[in-house]
This record gives sequence, C-alpha cells and structure tokens, in this order.
Amino acid sequence: MTTTSALGGAVKRREDPALIRGKGRYTDDIKAVGMLHTAFVRSPIANGVITRLDTSEAAGMDGVHAVYTIDDVRHLGPLLAQVPIGKLRPLLADGVVKHVGEAVAMIVAESPSQARDAADAVVVDYDANPAVIDLKQAASDEIKVHDDLDSNILHTWSYHGYWDALGLESKQPEIEAAKQRDDVVIVSQEMVNQRLVPVAIEPRSVVAEWQDGYQRFTVTSSTQVPHALAGAISKMFGLAANAVHVVAPEVGGGFGAKLNVYADEILVCFASKALERSVKWTEGRREASGSTIQGRGWIATATIVGTRDGEILGYELEGLADMGAYTQNFTVAIPLLGLWVASGQYRFPTHFNIDCVVTNTMTTDAYRGAGRPEAIYYIERIIDMYAREIGLDPLEVRKKNYWQPDEFPATMGCGFALDSGDYGRSADTLMEEAGYAELRATQEKARAEGRLVGIGVSSYVEVCGFGPAVLAEIGFSWTNYGLPASFNGSGLVRVNPDGTATVIIGTGPSGQGHQTTWAQIVSDGLGLPIEQISVRHGDTAESPMGIGTFGSRSLAVDGTATHEATQKVREKAASLAAHLLEASEADIVFADGGAHVAGSPDQRVEWSALAKAAYQAHTAPEGWESGLEAQVTWSPGNATWPFGTHLAMVEVDRDTGDVSILKYVAADDCGNVVNPMIVDGQVHGGIAQGIGQAMFEDAIYDEDGNMLTTSLMDYPIPTAGDLPSFDLTRTTTPSPVNPMGVKGIGEAGTIASAQTLVNAVVDALSPLGVSHLEMPLRPKRVWQAMHDAAQS
Amino acid sequence: MQVSMTVNGKAVTADVEPRTLLVHFIRESLSLTGTHVGCETSYCGACTVVVNGRSTKSCTMLAVQADGAEITTIEGLASNGDLHPIQEGFWERHGLQCGYCTPGMIMSAVGLLDENPSPSEDEIRHGLEGNLCRCTGYHNIVKAVEYAAAKMRGEEPAPAEWEVTS
Repeated sequence: MTTTSALGGAVKRREDPALIRGKGRYTDDIKAVGMLHTAFVRSPIANGVITRLDTSEAAGMDGVHAVYTIDDVRHLGPLLAQVPIGKLRPLLADGVVKHVGEAVAMIVAESPSQARDAADAVVVDYDANPAVIDLKQAASDEIKVHDDLDSNILHTWSYHGYWDALGLESKQPEIEAAKQRDDVVIVSQEMVNQRLVPVAIEPRSVVAEWQDGYQRFTVTSSTQVPHALAGAISKMFGLAANAVHVVAPEVGGGFGAKLNVYADEILVCFASKALERSVKWTEGRREASGSTIQGRGWIATATIVGTRDGEILGYELEGLADMGAYTQNFTVAIPLLGLWVASGQYRFPTHFNIDCVVTNTMTTDAYRGAGRPEAIYYIERIIDMYAREIGLDPLEVRKKNYWQPDEFPATMGCGFALDSGDYGRSADTLMEEAGYAELRATQEKARAEGRLVGIGVSSYVEVCGFGPAVLAEIGFSWTNYGLPASFNGSGLVRVNPDGTATVIIGTGPSGQGHQTTWAQIVSDGLGLPIEQISVRHGDTAESPMGIGTFGSRSLAVDGTATHEATQKVREKAASLAAHLLEASEADIVFADGGAHVAGSPDQRVEWSALAKAAYQAHTAPEGWESGLEAQVTWSPGNATWPFGTHLAMVEVDRDTGDVSILKYVAADDCGNVVNPMIVDGQVHGGIAQGIGQAMFEDAIYDEDGNMLTTSLMDYPIPTAGDLPSFDLTRTTTPSPVNPMGVKGIGEAGTIASAQTLVNAVVDALSPLGVSHLEMPLRPKRVWQAMHDAAQS
Repeated sequence: MQVSMTVNGKAVTADVEPRTLLVHFIRESLSLTGTHVGCETSYCGACTVVVNGRSTKSCTMLAVQADGAEITTIEGLASNGDLHPIQEGFWERHGLQCGYCTPGMIMSAVGLLDENPSPSEDEIRHGLEGNLCRCTGYHNIVKAVEYAAAKMRGEEPAPAEWEVTS
C-alpha cells in the first residue's frame, strides 16, 4: 500500500530498515585502503608550561608514520570559532597547556594500538602553574587562565545591552522600585546549573582522505554541521570550496557535541595530506573529557519580586557561566540563547546579567538546549519558591503572569517577539491530562500517611529555528568558516524521469528522522507516494548550502526551504499536466501518484508519465525548460518559539533519599506537526536528558582540574530502569514565521524537565522545611537535605 | 592465536592477537560493523551480541575466549530476509532514533525475551539496564519490546500510541 496523505501522519521511519539490521554505516565503520590510525598525547595537568617535548622515541616505533606537534601545524592557525571572543584553541598545545586532556602531540600509525603505544612513548615535561576551576574564583581574576587576556571574564551578556541597535533600556530601575513597595515579597536564591557531558553513544570519529592526484579532500565525520566542517577545511588549508567534500554518514547522536568543528578533524586532514594516506581518528569515551565540548556550568542568583496575590513585578538573574579554557564554535554565545528566553512565558520586567568566565577546564558549548535550559531552570525554580512563599498554587501563579493570547506577537524585554502562543491553554491542557486536582488530593492523602510525595511543574518557552539573518549583526556569523553569514536552510526537490523524487537537504541529522519527515512534506505537496521519495543529506558535494542540524532548527528552516521548493516543482508540473490533459492549470490536482483535473478524476496523468514528459522537450509545451526540479534557500524572518508546561510527581524514600518518579506528564506546543511519532520521540528523549541533569549527571572537576567523571561508570546517564513512561499531550499553535506553521521540538523536553523534577522533589520535602536542593538529586544529597532539615 | 567459532551460522577461523576483544574481532576481522563500541568500561551495551544463547557484551570477552562458540550478531538476527519480531517492534514503535545503541539493545532484548516471554514494563526496564540509549528516553524501546513479546507469544500487540498511517 502506498502512502500519500502524509502531512501530520505517523509514518514509520524510512531510516530504520538499515539501522535495525545493523547495516547503517557510521564513520568508524569505514575501512579505507591503506588507512592509518591516530592517537593523541594529552596533557595530564590543567595549567602549565611545556618545558620538554621529545617525540624521537615514538617516531621510531613500529608502524609509526608521523608524530606531529604544534610546530608542524602552527601555520594553519588556531581552530575557527563562530563567535571568536576569548582564546581560540591552538590545534595542538603551543608551549602551554590550559586544561587536562588538551592535545599536545598526534601520532599517526598503521594500527590504533601502535598509535597508542607510541603516544605513551612521547616524553613531555611540564612546569605546572596553579589552575583555576572554581567559577567565582576565576571571575575574581585572582589566577588568570591566559596571560595574554585582560581578564578571565570574556564578555557580559545583559538584557538591555547585548545589542545596541535595539536601543533597549535596563529594567532594573523598574524592578528596584517594585522592591521598595511595602506590599511585596522578594525571593532570592543562588543556584548551580551544573556542568554536563553530552554523551552521544557514538563517540566522535573522522576519516580524512587527501586525493593528491585531484588535489582534494574527502572527509567523513560524525558531525552535525558538514557544511561548516567543509568550510573550515577550505579556509584553513586555503582550498577552493569545491576541493573539499565532507560526508556526514549515520551520526550516532549529537546533542550539540557534534556541532563544533574540532581540532582533531583538521589535524586528521593535515596528516592525510602530509602522508597521502587515509587517516582515521575515533575518540575514546574517557578521552572525550578533553576532546569534546561539555555543556551548562552556570552559577547564578535568581530574584523575584511580586505581590502576595501572585502578581510578579520583576525578575533578575545575575551570575557566571563557565566557558572552559578555549573558545570554540558558539562558546561565548551560549548564555545569549538563555538571555532570549530569560523571561520565560511571562510578561514581567526582567534583568539578566551573565558573565562568561574562562577556567582551566574543557571548552563548553551547545549541549541540548544550550543556554535555554539554564535560563528556564532559574526562572522556573524561583517562581516555585515565590509561590510557596505566598502560599499559592505554583501553576496558578504561573498562569497569572503569562503573556495572554491576544498579546502575540509579544515583544519581550530582550527585543525579540514571541511568534505565537497560548500559554494558558497549554497549562490547562496539562492540568486536564494529568488530572491535576486529583493528583494534589492524592498527594495530600500520601502526606497524611507520612509519605514524601511531591508535584512539580514548569512552563517553558524555547527559541529555535535559527535563525533570522539579523543575528549576523550581533556576531553570529558563519563567515568565519568561509560560509554565508546567514543561518540559511536549503532544500532541493527533483522529480526524476521515472517519476520518483530525490530530495536533497542541507541538514545534518543524528537520529531526528529527516528522511521520513521531509518525504512527508514532498509527498503532501506532489501527491507522490512516500515510497517513491528518497531524501538525502549530509553530503556537501550534492546537497545545497545548509548549516546543519542544531537548535531545533531543521524543520522550521530547511523544512520550509523544501516546502517552498516542492511548491515550485508543483507549479511547473501543473503547467505541464494542464498541457497534457488539455485543462486549465488552476484545475490540476496532485493526488494518489498522479495529476488529474478537479472534478474529473479520470482525466489523469500518472507521475511516471508526467516526469518522463518533463524531460522530453519535443513533447512539452513551447518554451518548456526540460527537467523538473527546484532548489530554495530559505532565511527566516524570526526565530520560532515553542512552549509548554510539564509536570512530575515523585516520591522520596525517607530512609535512603532515593527519588522515584511516579508520573511525568508533558504538554508541548511546537506548532503544526508533520510526524507525531517522531515529535513524541524527540520529546521523550529530551525529557530523559533533563531528568538526567536533575537526578544523575554531574561533570565534576577536582581543584587541580582533573575531571573525575570521565567514564560512564562515574558519569551515569539515565538507564531504562531509572525512568518512567511519559504521558504526552499537545496543543497546536501554528507559527506565523513560516508557511508550514512549524516551530521545532528537538530541545523542548530538555528545557522543560530538569526543574520540573527539582520542583517536585522540593515540593515533596517542603513539609520538612527544605526549600532548595542543588542538582543532581542523588540519594545522598536528598538524604542529607532531609537530615539537615531535621537537625535545624 | 587461532580461533574458530560460528558466527551467524557461518564457521569462521582466524589468527588473532591474544589481546583482541571479541567486539574488535567481529568488527575488524569479520567486518560485521553492526556491533558497535560506545564506551571503554563495558557499561553502554552497544556491543551486545548473543554468545551460546546468552546476551553478552562483546567488549567483556577476548576473541580467544569465544573459541568454539556460537555467536549471533545483529546481522544474523533476521532470517531469510524476514525481520525478527524485536527488529519489527523497534521499527513499528519508533524504538530508535540515531540507531547506534539499537543493535546492542535488540540483542539484549533477545536474551530478555528468551528468559521471560511475558515481561512486565518494569521487568523490561530493568532487563535492559545494561544498555544505554541517549535518544529515546527508553519510552518507545519499552513499547518495542512489548510489541515483540506479544508477537512472539502469537498475540496481537497493543496498538501504537499514535494513529498509524499506512
């Protein structure tokens, strides 16, 4: 049976047949002829000077082809970054090391084990200097991370001052005035949003092949941004864009960790060119603590001022965000994403001030949500504390302060306009789905029995669909990678002469099901069965200019491009069908694998015949341009702003501090939905990652800068046994920003869930007098909080 | 050292370094790359295969320890082109996203359903605790295994949570 009525349908994934048979091809599966392997010598200290670097023994070992140090690659320059504020990463340590795990030398050898053995034989002596790991200490500039930077504070993002062109004024005077009123309560809390490790289950991997005869690179990499990688290689090696071909094959999870161009990718290219051999590097899991970006790492104080009846008069967030030692792709810009959603779903005046601080740790950058989970965490935790202070239901307090449906598009204090929303309806939908009143009654009953049961809620708004071209004006620009400045999306739709279609898009998915969703868009537009549509991505030699997959942007941007390209193909095909059917173009309907005349289903031409005719000029109408394809590059006018409200019900074990999740309910709104099955899957995974932060995950450094949580034994991500099934519901508020009315859903679950859990656990412990707990809520910490509360 | 074993019904013999892990033997010597490597601590389960009828993390064994063993990898699970019910369940219930953990997850589910043909949700969740997935939140993996368990018992699986478009 063929599938034609596709938009909004739960079409089974076209990606899956290969993957469930173990026949998907990931980067590390590649075995090229003569392929060499790589290992890195990495720094064991967090801050120091290299006093001796002796590679002679390693260079002479069996199977070793080369040992490279900075002297070999300095001419390529430091690693490129999109927002180059701070210290850019040298490709290999240049006389100094600034974090544990920093690459000092690279070995290229016949086998991975020979490369590793040789890495062990490289002799490096260091003079260690004091490292600064603690954020507050770093912000004091007591110890400088980089001698040649004026301060450890690289940049400050403030709500009114981040973009001069907007001419925004500080809301602080207004908030201060509110604080002076005698009918208000002020609630303030310092909170840590701890550093996390993304942990895609597929380690990063790259294979570079320099084809000397053709003077070009073919590079396969586990990346979310194949075009950016191609651009970076072109720029750093001084090659034309068409001399660099990057392929992102199956990518085993990204979550932002693969949204960087990495030094190892450039170094493997360098080695391949120098040795004229294919060269592969595959990251080790523990090695990743020094080679792949981490996320979050904020400490900030949230303050709310409001009346006793729940009207919030102002909100402030002031704090520090950890950048790590070196700036990579988006590093310093991540808190800006938080700034844009700092006021959440609410209309009250907001003040935001986050300092970007360097420390002697691995670089931070975009990890699922990127700045937005941090920002939403703070506002949603402090609203809960405020609601408790004034004795009102936390959901009612939220509803009282939402932007109202008739206020959209709602221009926030940060200058951006929320595209569309109905926040109250979303919260009501959640309450109905969860049976909120009954849950509260159940909780009361449990409490009466002495059980520690809590209910937590959180609303959120997300900014995604990056992005408006104006972002280039505030420093977001892909030009550093030799690409256009804009965050373009692209789609090429080609109907082949046999009536099948090939769709080529500029995204870089890592499990988001683009081959399915995009086939639905094209199927819907052309009336072509999904089975006849092949969607390709991730290959820069064939796909039009795209930016990749991150920030929940693919559907809103590249999807729109494909939607528009489909419409162009449809219009052209309609003119041909009208000619063949001797009908008016306006009467042509595409459905069920062909075109027919409205009202006369028998007056019909199959796609196979139509496509064939499109390529045969002699049977086409006069002036017909042979072929049937269109490509659109789309640049959106605004970001999109998904939203929702989540709820968790938990029980805490009094004796052990163990937290059980009894119920998790989510109401999300991502605008129109193309494939509800895939959307639900994104929400499930997102929720799990937020719960991971709330309950388990913590990237811990000791005071010397050693990361103590480099393996999955020490850095526990949620297992199936840790999580409940999730109860999902949805409202649909189409976005006016793009013709499909879609928003984005990749990060929503993560942005919503961490504080939902924390709010629930604090609610459970509130009868004991506990008002705040830091994440992760492992049993020991929860038990300690109960114990301390009992003591006081 | 020489090792001989049966992999996916086929007898194989090869010379390996004694330190070669079974997972590397499968991936490198046999070019069966469906078995994946996701960590270094036998924690993630991406390398799970069935050894002599038991789900086993193939990074916990040396290839030489598998001498004489019967091994099934993900590539050997479908028979005559027909998907195994667990593979079918993962496809029908959207039990995978990036697909990297999927072969190991499926091979663990083979062992789980072999030992317990009618597992509860809780038993499925705890039975799969040795396999990490970062994409799905496990929700649909549980549904996929429930689907397969029903199919393998000759019953009609519970309907999907979404309206299926065929």
